[in-house]
Amino acid sequence: MEKEFATMPITPAVDLDGLLLLLPHELMGLAIIVGMLAIAIGRNHFVSTVIATSGMLAAGIAGAMQFYELTLGAAPSMVTALFVLDALSALFIALLAFSAMGVAIMSFAYFHKLADARDEFQLLLSLATLGAITLVSSAHFITVVIGLEMLSMALYGMIAYPIHSGAWAAKSLESAIKYLVLSAVASATMLFGMALIYAATGSLGFLDISVSTGSLFYLGLLMLFVGAAFKLSLVPFHLWTPDVYQGGPLPAVAFLATLGKVAVAVFAIRLFSQPQIGQLPVVTSVIALVAVASILVGNLLALRQTNLKRLLAYSSIAHMGYLLVAVLSISAATAISEVEDSAFALESALFYLLVYSLLSLGAFGCALLVSSSDDEASGVGDYRGLFWRSPWLASVLLVMVLGLAGIPLTAGFIAKFQVFFAAVGDSQWGLLAAMVLGSAIGLFYYLRIVYQMLMPVLDTDESFALREIGIESLGVLAVLAVLTVVVLWVGVYPEPLFALIAFAASNF
Amino acid sequence: MILLWILLILFFGGLLAWLSEWFDSRLPRWIALFSVAATLIPLVLLYQGYDADSESKWIVEFSRSWIPSLGIKFTLAVDGLSLLLVGLTSFLGLISIGAAWEEMRERVGFFYFNLLWTLAGVVGVFTAIDLFLFFFFWEVMLIPMYFIIAIWGHENKRYAATKFFLFTQFTGMLLLVSLLCLVYFFKIQYGYLSFAYEDLLRTEVDGALEIGLMLGFFIAFATKLPSVPFHSWLPDAHSQAPTAGSVLLAGVLLKTGAYGLIRFTLPFFPEASAQFTPVALALAVISILYCAKVALAQSDIKRLIAYTSVSHMGFVLLGIYAWNLIGLQGAVMTMLAHGLSAAALFSLAGGLQGRLHTRDMRLMGGFWALAPRMAVVALFFSVAALGMPGLGNFVGEFLSLLGVFSVSIWAAALAALGMIVASVYSLWVMQAVFQGAQNSEADHSSLPDLDNRELFIYALMMIGLVVMGLFPNAFLDLSSGVLERLSSASDAFAAVGESR
Repeated sequence: MEKEFATMPITPAVDLDGLLLLLPHELMGLAIIVGMLAIAIGRNHFVSTVIATSGMLAAGIAGAMQFYELTLGAAPSMVTALFVLDALSALFIALLAFSAMGVAIMSFAYFHKLADARDEFQLLLSLATLGAITLVSSAHFITVVIGLEMLSMALYGMIAYPIHSGAWAAKSLESAIKYLVLSAVASATMLFGMALIYAATGSLGFLDISVSTGSLFYLGLLMLFVGAAFKLSLVPFHLWTPDVYQGGPLPAVAFLATLGKVAVAVFAIRLFSQPQIGQLPVVTSVIALVAVASILVGNLLALRQTNLKRLLAYSSIAHMGYLLVAVLSISAATAISEVEDSAFALESALFYLLVYSLLSLGAFGCALLVSSSDDEASGVGDYRGLFWRSPWLASVLLVMVLGLAGIPLTAGFIAKFQVFFAAVGDSQWGLLAAMVLGSAIGLFYYLRIVYQMLMPVLDTDESFALREIGIESLGVLAVLAVLTVVVLWVGVYPEPLFALIAFAASNF
Repeated sequence: MILLWILLILFFGGLLAWLSEWFDSRLPRWIALFSVAATLIPLVLLYQGYDADSESKWIVEFSRSWIPSLGIKFTLAVDGLSLLLVGLTSFLGLISIGAAWEEMRERVGFFYFNLLWTLAGVVGVFTAIDLFLFFFFWEVMLIPMYFIIAIWGHENKRYAATKFFLFTQFTGMLLLVSLLCLVYFFKIQYGYLSFAYEDLLRTEVDGALEIGLMLGFFIAFATKLPSVPFHSWLPDAHSQAPTAGSVLLAGVLLKTGAYGLIRFTLPFFPEASAQFTPVALALAVISILYCAKVALAQSDIKRLIAYTSVSHMGFVLLGIYAWNLIGLQGAVMTMLAHGLSAAALFSLAGGLQGRLHTRDMRLMGGFWALAPRMAVVALFFSVAALGMPGLGNFVGEFLSLLGVFSVSIWAAALAALGMIVASVYSLWVMQAVFQGAQNSEADHSSLPDLDNRELFIYALMMIGLVVMGLFPNAFLDLSSGVLERLSSASDAFAAVGESR
């Protein structure tokens, strides 16, 4: 087959402007180095946490500043052929960095009582964050591989983090090894897919991928999709999710469930909203099947769960299915060149992603607040009577759970509303039916959590809801307060966030 | 602005009631009482502002920009119809606070918070004229109601609360999808997004699609009404809810379904609704007869009243789908009268349960001797429910039948049979509970009679029913303007109706 090696765009050497554009990545990298040196000098959990969080804060602010400059009319730019810094990446760099900061603050409280080494977790967290922000700003398959691997490698360590000793240690090791093996297979699949696409198109940069109709190209896309589907835990590549969620330490799972998925999803949306790819019927029909399967399987399997982490794992499978519905609407609208609908579908996908990550972070944060590394509140029954023991915490969890269920007053409703709207606009009736059915099934298990919280407390009950919340958790309380305010605010007045997202969607 | 005040009073009253529990556990009920009473002031002002000959459609309208990028506005408005229903909501709000006054002992603050927020949601549903806002309130009012059933309910509350929530949420999702389709068609036809009622009325949808969208709206509202075959959540929710919850559920929440049909389903989809009329009338007749029959087989007194509720709401459905002025007037009258009589009957059943700790009628009997006041009150409301002339229920059901008679003689004739069955079950309940011999297995020697507080509450509702029965014009005039406009606006509907 004749191969067409597209000439690579002439890549300027990284000059000062380029370095400035990569400021979030550099700040994150700096925080990692400083953190490592600090550990070498002397172990102090508080200091490591401060270093990690300030790195994330700085990176987040840098991302937000870039976004602000873009709204003022700055042009989106490429740094070499590897990175693209447009409004989409700036927005998600800021979001990811701030969420990572939330996770870092949460893990400080979680590991507070651990007798073993605690500092490295913050280091791994920073590393994974760097991977995530690299992934969302990638314009080239090489950057994707580097970002993805940095994210996954750090996550292996985070999931296997030695919070237990003896027989219990096997649990988190088991889930880490499961994740390692399967994730490595997924990465290999993705790499092979990239190689095939390169063979077909002669280009590794995916922003201006040339049209190719060869079977190699299709196969490559399919393998790329399989890899991404694994990371997003879409059916049928979801089998690892509940086990890994259950076995890993809560902060690691919170990271995996929010940042880990958002970063991959942003990359996938960037790739599949390329008109040349999004219009391929092969691609859309595969995604539609996966979306319906994820919504139904995720919700149905969540029904029987009594472990909160497993329940959230299955619910996240369903949520990624809803996200795919929006992604599909992008390509469907593009196919019939409905520019406005396509933009709306893209906005709804990004909005959903953002809201989903806020809500799951909040839900995990609540679980974290009543847990510590030696004693996790994992059963749904552990939340019995939380509403009467600790009304504020229960109200926060209530907001997050109702948000995940898509009930009004929370951002979750607006997000679901938008996805519904996008799907209606593109007449995706089958997908809509799956969503309606899935949402109804979903209510069952979300209501189970709500109902447990409302039950009266038994005096003999030694449940987690009774735990005193110590001073180390003050940061978590602050994070949860911010998340709750944002979720309610967006639920009642989403216009400002719509504007941000609309700008991000129009500027890449 | 005045409409926003009603919402804000209930909203902040609820928060205040919750917080006030910190100081004194008797404070929440007073705050709740004053908040709901305070909503009557703007209502009276609105009533005075009502002018039957006015050209404008609404008495007052309040509109602010909310989510401009989706064409969503925060628009509240009332006309005669919504004013009547908001008035009913406030009135029954007071009644339910009265019913909960002594019954509620645990977590009082949170209870009144939920009660006021349910009321706020219902008032929002009756006044929202932007469809997004309507849907927002439609969903929001469920959550506090879910809490009321799930926290203060009886032995099987978890099942009942979940079932209630699921039925309404699932059908709410169908409503949402249909609504979004409608908005999408509006956008295609007029080039911009809007959720405004007036705008969506202009949308034209054809053929099978119109029927599909109409069904989405119909199922959501018919579930709330409820009508057979979507009614099965109601007996469970009613029998498990605390008394105040039952009063709200029967008195106002069910009315939101009927309101939705009158305000949205038929005006939005006149042609599809005209085609659908035979089915709707059949469902109404089945609801009336089947649920009356099922009521006869109940031994749980609250379940029995719940089934009779479904049966009476069948008359509402019947009147609505007659879609002429008389039928609609009948539907509205039935909504108001049934709101009072069902609320009173559920209060009585709740009172019995509170005293005897059972709802099983097989364990009751001969209470007339023990509690004569209660017996007389029960007799009054039973007779009201069976449609005694001179009381509100008779006016409503009679007008519904009259309205539907011109559309379908068969439906009217069969539905009229329901009034006979209603007499049977109403009198049967009186017989089983208050007359006959006292049950020898159960000891009811200490059945306290109604106290003055309870008597006062029932007296209020009795006066309401008598006024409705003797002076129905006061209510009919208020709603006639809007109902006439609605029923005459749909020319297509009338045309199809005549050809049939």
